Amino acid sequence: MSDYLKQGIIYGATLIGVTAATLIGITTFTKLQHPPITSVQRGFRGTAIAQLYDPAELAAAQAASKVPRSLPPASAAGVKASVAYKNVRVLGNLSVGQFTRLMVSITNWVAPKQGCAYCHNVANMADDANYTKIVARRMIQMTQNINGNWQSHVQNVGVTCYTCHGGNPVPKNIWFNNPGPESAGGLAETQTGMAHPTERINYSSLPYDPFTPYLEQDHSIRVQSTTALPTDDLSSIKETEWTYALMIHFSQSLGVNCTYCHNTRSFGNWAESSPARVNAWYGIRMVRDLNNHYLDPLNSVFPAYRKGVLGDSPKVYCATCHQGVYKPLFGVSMVKTFPELQGPPASPTAAVEPPAAAAPTAPAAPTPPH
Amino acid sequence: MAEYQNIFTRIQVRGPIYAGTPLEGRGPNNRLGTPGFVHLFGRLGDAQVGPIYLGTLGLASLICGFIAFEIIGLNMWASVNWDPVQFLRQLPWLALEPPAPSYGLHFPPLAEGGWWLMAGFFLTTSILLWWVRIYRRARALGLGSHTAWAFAAAIWLYLVLGFIRPLLMGSWAEAVPFGIFPHLDWTAAFSLRYGNLFYNPFHMLSIVFLYGSTLLFAMHGATVLATSRFGAERELDQIADRGTAFERGGLFWRWTMGFNATAESIHRWAWWFAVLCPLSGGLGILLTGTVVDNWYLWGTHHGLVPVYPPSWGTVIDPATLPGAPK
Repeated sequence: MSDYLKQGIIYGATLIGVTAATLIGITTFTKLQHPPITSVQRGFRGTAIAQLYDPAELAAAQAASKVPRSLPPASAAGVKASVAYKNVRVLGNLSVGQFTRLMVSITNWVAPKQGCAYCHNVANMADDANYTKIVARRMIQMTQNINGNWQSHVQNVGVTCYTCHGGNPVPKNIWFNNPGPESAGGLAETQTGMAHPTERINYSSLPYDPFTPYLEQDHSIRVQSTTALPTDDLSSIKETEWTYALMIHFSQSLGVNCTYCHNTRSFGNWAESSPARVNAWYGIRMVRDLNNHYLDPLNSVFPAYRKGVLGDSPKVYCATCHQGVYKPLFGVSMVKTFPELQGPPASPTAAVEPPAAAAPTAPAAPTPPH
Repeated sequence: MAEYQNIFTRIQVRGPIYAGTPLEGRGPNNRLGTPGFVHLFGRLGDAQVGPIYLGTLGLASLICGFIAFEIIGLNMWASVNWDPVQFLRQLPWLALEPPAPSYGLHFPPLAEGGWWLMAGFFLTTSILLWWVRIYRRARALGLGSHTAWAFAAAIWLYLVLGFIRPLLMGSWAEAVPFGIFPHLDWTAAFSLRYGNLFYNPFHMLSIVFLYGSTLLFAMHGATVLATSRFGAERELDQIADRGTAFERGGLFWRWTMGFNATAESIHRWAWWFAVLCPLSGGLGILLTGTVVDNWYLWGTHHGLVPVYPPSWGTVIDPATLPGAPK
């Protein structure tokens, strides 16, 4: 064997080795968590039912969950907003003082930089020309719906605009129907809805949009057999991958391990699950309600640049409110100081449906195979 | 010899170039190429490279393997629209998936699992041809067929996962996808679907043999290296002047655990542990979904699952409550 060949092999191997070592090094120092990790036991000893926290990440989440001070309450006495102003279609029963306080608060929560003009035509505040005003009106009703009808999920903590918006006109964590990256087509394998990494499922190769089937549509999430021996349960391993992807999103959105809800020795078993799983179960139904009855019907109102690649409305999922925290804003209840956002809307749909009918959901979004 | 007294070797194992034993009419002797030395190989094993015997079976196996590799790779590349950068970036995530469950055992269109079936066919053919090659080369050299049967144990697990179990389940969708991360995520999903594979006794056995193999391998490797200062690894020296290396190795284990394997039996132990790992693992996979649908519940029924004090109050499935939302 020639010396040149030997040299080539040695240099080649060295080059590959150095490159691999560099990549592994960069990954280790930039992508992986550093010790120490705090472990909090939540179940019986020795069963590994524990929550793991990275103190640095926890501190960052706490800093990001800073709760703004509520404005001092306004008197309920005086002229009603519906009398004092034109075109007040929600919250008209508030006094002018209460109404103004809420409007100022919403500005602080949602559009602190843009101000009133983000939604209103400031020359005529009653004008409905801006799409943002119509969306905001519907979102107020959505907030009332969450606080009034979904206490099974939000309990007494409730939500305000700030829970999701956090000072941003569009909440940081929203989602769209995701048809996946463009594939070559022709004879080649068609997109299977999986095997392309995305942050939303923790860079796994699991399905990248488990949200459409489970949080917009109501496909069954349960895939694990409930009997020891085979019956007619035909849930497939592929469907399990979709459920698994959704659960990864839960875990990421809440900053918790699987064991926050499940005894992982038997994921499907309710008797061994933590009460938090019941809460999550209602959360899934709540999110479906919000997407189907509030966000999807606004499709005709949203301008194209607010929509997804399939032309669908922006939608909510766990991360929208939770933002990496097991309880949004670490369980601080802002709604206590805003009782007008608490109750169910007096008439849930009257005069507030958006002008045009709901656009049908795009058909190209992925669904689990059957 | 003193060079071997380190954990890492710094020496080259390099003898005179050696063309190999004559095969005494036991098969073709057309080995290819002029042998040479590679220093790097010498650091890991024998420095001599070649001559090589490929033969008809080897060539056919390589061709089939190449076809499977191309089907998988080109489909993965097509899934990122032939973008070379994305192909490299996403390579560990990309997959060639088996058909959807609705196809059952029927032939799906190429784009919806047909390529997966073809890749599986060619990969399986390639592996089986390589098995025959291993068997026949061993026989040609007058060796036993131990390597072939050990390889067959691995092929058994591979066939159970990708062929036999899907046949029994009546659906190609039950099989493993091709892909680096996808096949790992599939493994996790498999366990999730069938109620936790850790309660599958054959999975337990498989783990015993897997970890047992590593333990035996470490014990054996350590014993041979530790006695190499007395020439235990030197085949010719052992024949001419046996010395005390083997006695010392055996004595060491009698002192530390009261019992010692022999120079022959340790390899039998290692072979069986290694072979039983995929054999029992394959059995466990084969029974999953076909005979047992939820290993945790099966384990509960048979007293396998430990019972712990409840950590929380009674939790009821909310879907079973009256008036529950869908």
